[in-house]
Amino acid sequence: MSAELEELYQSIILDHNRRPQNFRVMEDASGHADGLNPLCGDQVTVWIKLDGDRVADVSFQGQGCAISKASASLMTQAVKGKTLTETQVIFDRFHAMVTGQGAEGITGGMKALSGVSKFPLRVKCASLGWHAMKAALDNAAP
Amino acid sequence: MNPLAILRKDCERPIVDIDDFSLLDERDHLHYLDSAATTQKPRAVLQAMQSYYEQHNANPHRGAYELSAQSTEAYERSRQRIARFLGVADVDTLIFTRGTTESLNVLATAWRHANVKAGDRIVVTRMEHHANFIPWQQLALAVGAEFVIAELAPGGVLDLDHLAQCCTPNTKVVAFGQVSNALGTINPVSDIVRIARTTGALVVCDGAQGVPHFDAAVDALGVDAYVFSGHKMLGPMGIGGLVVRREILEAMPPYQFGGDMIALVGDDRSTWNVLPHKFEAGTPNVAGAVGLAAAAQYLDVIGMPRVRAHEAALLAYASARLTEVSGVTVLGPPPEQRSGVVSFVLDEVHPHDIAQVLDSAGVCVRSGHHCAQPLMRALKVTATTRASFYVYNDADDVDALIVALLTTRDRMGLA
Ligand SMILES: Cc1ncc(COP(=O)(O)O)c(C=O)c1O
Repeated sequence: MSAELEELYQSIILDHNRRPQNFRVMEDASGHADGLNPLCGDQVTVWIKLDGDRVADVSFQGQGCAISKASASLMTQAVKGKTLTETQVIFDRFHAMVTGQGAEGITGGMKALSGVSKFPLRVKCASLGWHAMKAALDNAAP
Repeated sequence: MNPLAILRKDCERPIVDIDDFSLLDERDHLHYLDSAATTQKPRAVLQAMQSYYEQHNANPHRGAYELSAQSTEAYERSRQRIARFLGVADVDTLIFTRGTTESLNVLATAWRHANVKAGDRIVVTRMEHHANFIPWQQLALAVGAEFVIAELAPGGVLDLDHLAQCCTPNTKVVAFGQVSNALGTINPVSDIVRIARTTGALVVCDGAQGVPHFDAAVDALGVDAYVFSGHKMLGPMGIGGLVVRREILEAMPPYQFGGDMIALVGDDRSTWNVLPHKFEAGTPNVAGAVGLAAAAQYLDVIGMPRVRAHEAALLAYASARLTEVSGVTVLGPPPEQRSGVVSFVLDEVHPHDIAQVLDSAGVCVRSGHHCAQPLMRALKVTATTRASFYVYNDADDVDALIVALLTTRDRMGLA
């Protein structure tokens, strides 16, 4: 099997796929949004709870491939407790990484998503939960 | 020999010369198992198109000069050749279109204008490709007709009793696929037609997955309209057809307006050309028709019974070997009731991930909803992985699929 494929399906990705973090409905969310990938029929819903300008809680549910599920799970870990400004920075870094513009400033488990950049068709999968998170923030009533 | 070895022997070699297919010939490690999406093209098809452009290219039906006449001749001879392949006697009732999708939209649009009113009913089946689902759904919405879906019986076959219940006297269209692209289910066309004929409905058969795989014998099916795509039967993309009974075509309003399709254009009204031209507005895809005729010729030389037998052999071998991969569930009816398609799920591994790992082994399969979301809902899956076989596939391709699936289990951390 190719090294690139090994890098795409690292054990962190497989773990998050099997046991996604923050994989639940949130009853008292400030906002939520759906993401849909018409190509494979994957769908995700992301919920956000704000406390002032901080992401107090974030969760998701849905169906998707290992990449989209793991990426959404890692997203929730990455932005939980962060300010809106920090969240935007993390989003931008994630986006730069998966589109092959470098992994500068990427920390923790998110590094495991760097393999996606070698598979342009999978960028959509990896981004699904992230875009839904952004949309949930836009919808959020503070 | 053990039973598996016998099954393997039956599909050991492709039934075509792989040299005919440059793309496959030049890629030793490619295992192309997505012919239900589109087939590879033999050199004969590409050469026919090239020599049309090099030797006969001109706008057909228009010029009084010899070259234009040659182009017209090439186009109309192709129509005759393809009609013969399809088993259509009335050649002028074969209308060239871009393919199945356009053909179905032509029909649904014509029917919207003329024949479906509020309170009427349109019946489709649960296993339709979106192309044979959405045009009818939208027609129903536009005129206030009822849109009814004939459901499946257990095992991924059409529930004929339910179809009969759906076909009430006010039914104006019954549209069904000859073969399901997502599962490979071969539908009992004569039973469906018998049921549909208890109404006065237009009976439409989507032959996109039929024509490429067995003798279509369109006239003998007894349907009103039959549609297909050239690119799924070794022909080029961008050409396909619509065959409709003459009386219906004569009465049907044109779909598009422009050159070629008119008889006389007055300042305030126009009259239409004879069939088939009435439905072929604008400069046609002559090279596409020529290529498709060459594909029909290529398939006729092989013989459609042989095509069917080869696919059945590949399917039997693949079905036997898939049992080696634990966690695989094949969807749809038993192999004998399917064309060369195997659609499956593998434990909780998402089809997109399966296709990715398979791709790294050179195995091209389709993953997703196969443009059949209503069917996926009924099967309670979001997506499946589909391998589909054709004349150039052989046992090696099946072996590669199995090895790659075992790798997938490993890679995705399944014990
Ligand atoms: C059963 C069926 N109907 C319709 C279509 C649509 O064909 P096309 O995309 O060539 O118009 C396809 C192919 O994708 C098909 O398999």
